[in-house]
Amino acid sequence: MSTISEKIFSRASGKNAKANDFVIADVDFAMAHDGTSVLAVKSFKEMGEEKVWNPDKIVIPFDHLTPANTDTTAALHHEIREWIKEQKISNFYDVGEGICHQLLPENGFALPGKLVVGADSHSCTYGAFGAFGTGVGATDMSEIFASGKLWFKVPESIKITADGNFNDGVYAKDLILKIIGTVGVAGATYKATEFYGTAIDSMSMSGRMTLSNMAIEMGGKAGIVPPDKTTFDFLKGIAAEEYEPVYADEDAIYSSEYTFDVNELEPQIASPHQVDNVSDISDIKPAKLDQAFIGTCTNGRLEDLEVAASILKGEKVAIRTLIVPASRNVLIEAVRKGIVETLLEAGAVIGSPGCGPCLGGHMGVIGKGETCISTANRNFKGRMGVGGFIYLASPATAAASALTGEITDPREI
Amino acid sequence: MDNIIKGKAWIFGNDIDTDVIIPGKYLRTKDMQVFADHAMEGIDPEFSKKVEKGDIIVAADNFGCGSSREQAALALKYAGLSCIVAKSFGRIFFRNAINVGLPLMEADVECNEGDEVEIDLHEGTVTVNGKEFQGNKLPDFLLEILTDGGLVAHRKAQKNKQ
Repeated sequence: MSTISEKIFSRASGKNAKANDFVIADVDFAMAHDGTSVLAVKSFKEMGEEKVWNPDKIVIPFDHLTPANTDTTAALHHEIREWIKEQKISNFYDVGEGICHQLLPENGFALPGKLVVGADSHSCTYGAFGAFGTGVGATDMSEIFASGKLWFKVPESIKITADGNFNDGVYAKDLILKIIGTVGVAGATYKATEFYGTAIDSMSMSGRMTLSNMAIEMGGKAGIVPPDKTTFDFLKGIAAEEYEPVYADEDAIYSSEYTFDVNELEPQIASPHQVDNVSDISDIKPAKLDQAFIGTCTNGRLEDLEVAASILKGEKVAIRTLIVPASRNVLIEAVRKGIVETLLEAGAVIGSPGCGPCLGGHMGVIGKGETCISTANRNFKGRMGVGGFIYLASPATAAASALTGEITDPREI
Repeated sequence: MDNIIKGKAWIFGNDIDTDVIIPGKYLRTKDMQVFADHAMEGIDPEFSKKVEKGDIIVAADNFGCGSSREQAALALKYAGLSCIVAKSFGRIFFRNAINVGLPLMEADVECNEGDEVEIDLHEGTVTVNGKEFQGNKLPDFLLEILTDGGLVAHRKAQKNKQ
């Protein structure tokens, strides 16, 4: 009678782990990016540690402020590169390779049944593959660098079931916004969510990653989709190591359950400044926009760019439109398919693969009083720039809105 | 770290996220003073000037939700706060605070801005204006990390014992 989380923590801790138990677990893969590795390496050195526990189990992508925006950032990047060399960490992805949460899946580190811990809150993305993916801070990561282990409180789980078929113009992003609007930004705090239902079964890995990515926006520790043929097909030939899928028992205990009817779902918008401030697009008050941003670990994948291109093809954007592919591979595929050409002809700006302006560091921050429609996962006050306003939506809604300069239902374009 | 923490309260509401605790543009440094100077800037740009050493934050639900940035906990610690009391915390912030040696306590307390607050970490209690509120006492192994001054110091202490 165990949930997926309980089973993964049982294997990783070598004990029969139940919800609310404290366990010390072996981490299968550990990730830190250019942002969090700085303090993680600082703590690692202060701990008096010399060698990481296993250089092949550590993955470090540079994605947050890449290419470096200031001399301070450049110096910190340099320092981390030196440390990576010294520690012989082979899985290093430098400037322009892409976002950590895209690179770990693309390179087969997000695997069913594994415990994958990242020094980034959106590490819950790996749950799309049936892994227990979760975020920690820098000093926790230094503890993992040193020992390969970390303490966890085994979470209770929430069961979320979404059945039905997506209508045209409605996507995984709309579903997860709807879920967060219902559960609330603190509704899953300290808990894991498991996703079930025919709408999830029929979803691509790209859609599932969008879903799992935003589990943290309900406070969730993980957002797990049970692996199936779609998962195994994606992983064929790329898995970094062998894996064993884990499924919940039929009599697993959930702390709460929610069901959603996707047949009834329309495009969703999260208005400033909370991610659970969600409404149907038909109920949204008109809002003038200054910028559209399509990208991030939530929605910067090929499918997302493809949807945007299908809407922008042969048209001209009315506002600044930034498009940042989630990885080099995504960008290459988008070039091959003519998507990039379509987007450029429509007046969009293409940024180098990475996090872009999502966290307000560079490459398209917004000014005081400005409003951005974004495919990212957070619309917190000031996140993309002090005094700015962020609306969260799907790539289709963002693209449709880019054409009109105000929030626009993609079904009307 | 003392078991009893006393200080003056600053009141905050629900869902205080890490982006308002320390905006993203200040993250790229190892200078703790930079984090401290911009603590809570997203809500109150003057906060770091007003806060005094030993002060305590008393907040509602989901304090520290959002990003994994440890700089959020560091900003509050180096701004001089001695403890964060909230009805609940974002889970990554919760871990980060303990790891950097910033005490915290889950408790639902009645408190006004400026009230003197007393926290007993070992009892898991918060006292305001003579009224005691029972909070969730931290497990012993987390109290040990806090007592050592955070995870780096704790790991060193453990190694020295071996």
